Amino acid sequence: MTNLHIKQDSPVLPPQVVRERQQAAQRRKLWFYLALFGVALVAPLAVYPIFLMKLLCFALFACAFNLLLGYAGLLSFGHAAFFATGGYITGYLLSEYSGLGTELGILAGTLASAVLGLLFGLLAIRRQGIYFAMITLALAQLVFFIFVQAPFTGGENGLQGVPRGQLLGLFDLNDNLTLYYFVLAVFIVGFAVIQRTIHSPYGQVLKAIRENEPRAISLGYNVDAHKLLAFVISATLTGLAGSTKTVVFQLASLTDAHWHMSGEVILMTLLGGVGTVLGPVVGASVVVTLQSYLSNGPLGEWVHVILGVIFVTCVLLFRVGIVGWVLKLAKRNF
Amino acid sequence: MSPEFVLETRGLTKEFRGFTAVDSVDLRVQKGHIHALIGPNGAGKTTVFNLLSKFLAPTSGEIIYQGKPITGLQPNQIARLGLVRSFQISAVFGHMSVMENVRVALQRKLGNSFHFWKSERSLEALNERALQMLDEVGLLEFADTLTIELPYGRKRALELATTLALDPAVLLLDEPTQGMGGEDVEMVIGLVRRAAVGRTVLMVEHNLSVVSQLCDRITVLARGAILAEGDYASVSANPLVREAYLGSEAAVIEEAGA
Repeated sequence: MTNLHIKQDSPVLPPQVVRERQQAAQRRKLWFYLALFGVALVAPLAVYPIFLMKLLCFALFACAFNLLLGYAGLLSFGHAAFFATGGYITGYLLSEYSGLGTELGILAGTLASAVLGLLFGLLAIRRQGIYFAMITLALAQLVFFIFVQAPFTGGENGLQGVPRGQLLGLFDLNDNLTLYYFVLAVFIVGFAVIQRTIHSPYGQVLKAIRENEPRAISLGYNVDAHKLLAFVISATLTGLAGSTKTVVFQLASLTDAHWHMSGEVILMTLLGGVGTVLGPVVGASVVVTLQSYLSNGPLGEWVHVILGVIFVTCVLLFRVGIVGWVLKLAKRNF
Repeated sequence: MSPEFVLETRGLTKEFRGFTAVDSVDLRVQKGHIHALIGPNGAGKTTVFNLLSKFLAPTSGEIIYQGKPITGLQPNQIARLGLVRSFQISAVFGHMSVMENVRVALQRKLGNSFHFWKSERSLEALNERALQMLDEVGLLEFADTLTIELPYGRKRALELATTLALDPAVLLLDEPTQGMGGEDVEMVIGLVRRAAVGRTVLMVEHNLSVVSQLCDRITVLARGAILAEGDYASVSANPLVREAYLGSEAAVIEEAGA
């Protein structure tokens, strides 16, 4: 090419160096995750297991939500519906059929959320931005009122005393420690599914769609169908989180289906850092920790105010969230 | 033997709330040509372009591509048939590497775009081809750069490489040199000329010097209708065209034709 005379721009590193750096980063990441896994294994020795399980369930919920918002660019305001559906279906089945394995109960709840996700998605996916958010909110409110009225949900009381049952007929989940390791395994599976989705051939196309939708269309991709898949995966994993939560607390209630819950998961994700891998986990940890510590103390009635202040501060001062902010610092200093 | 038309419109019309932006346009693009669509501001060039690429639906009229009507198809469907468009604002995927930009275009033919359970590594088989495409537009050394860091001219080159990765039969280029300085314009002219080998190109272009250098055939639009058609010499000599451009751009024609 002889007529290429563009002024030189920022120095370009040779591909060799770039690859080596990427590999080194990969290794560091692996060690980091192993360390986290180690901490998770010993954590119940130091911290109340029920609290840790709550944290893991909400972390999975936020991660599933982040897949949609951070990687597909879709803001759903109706994720409570999936969280609650998983919980109610699992709770109902485990209460009604005492011989049912807990794993099957959770699986059924998860599948129900997947189906509901497909339905919501088909209705909402053609709209964008605020319209998309509003349609998901409206549909979730519809689901909320179904749960208020339907005979199997226990109305205002919810489903209480859901038996935890046995895992594969082998492990008694009434033991908190056993249940903790089961919940940890569920979280890791859900987290791994999200990781794989992000780093898959599909993930590449999803990223392209988020970056420039018209361009992705002009490359021949059916954008709506790809978004729909992201929505269904997100709804499925949200259902998994809700089902697991019901087993942990032996409770499925209207709180899970209320739009507050949809708002809360948005808060967790934004606080931790949308579009980052660990952001939702950190965000969920912060919110859940604050809620449980504050509600037991003298500030109990102020929980929502305090969370609100933290949220506003976060949005105003570091929009990239906690993890996004840490990553930025790390990038600048290394 | 009559020439073969790869892309045709018949009575193509687009109205926006009573305003007729495109008025019964019969456009015929001959296979192998570089065909330009020019006209003063507001002539409906971009609307025609968006109709052809299916980003807008026509009010009436027909679009025929390779002998078959494509009027009712979705934009992603016509891309699969080999009719691929570019955009006025350089349309690249900013937070992906330069190589990944091209690879995501190559990926479509693998048909694995819904495979969320597979590793990204399954795409590495495409890397070599992607790098080859980058080499052709002089971007090989930037392969691992984050696209958002590229200068404007290079983004356009990348966009073209991405488009060519689909191996389209017809390229629709929307003002490929818009917002560029002299050297970049030269570069894009070179790129388009090379990309047009064995293909048909239809471009909307403001820069008449680019049109005069590149195009085999020119259609002039004014007020949504075709005003004149022919090669550069005949079109620029046409008094109707000169009148349409009078004031704002008459001088430009003179200059470019000289």
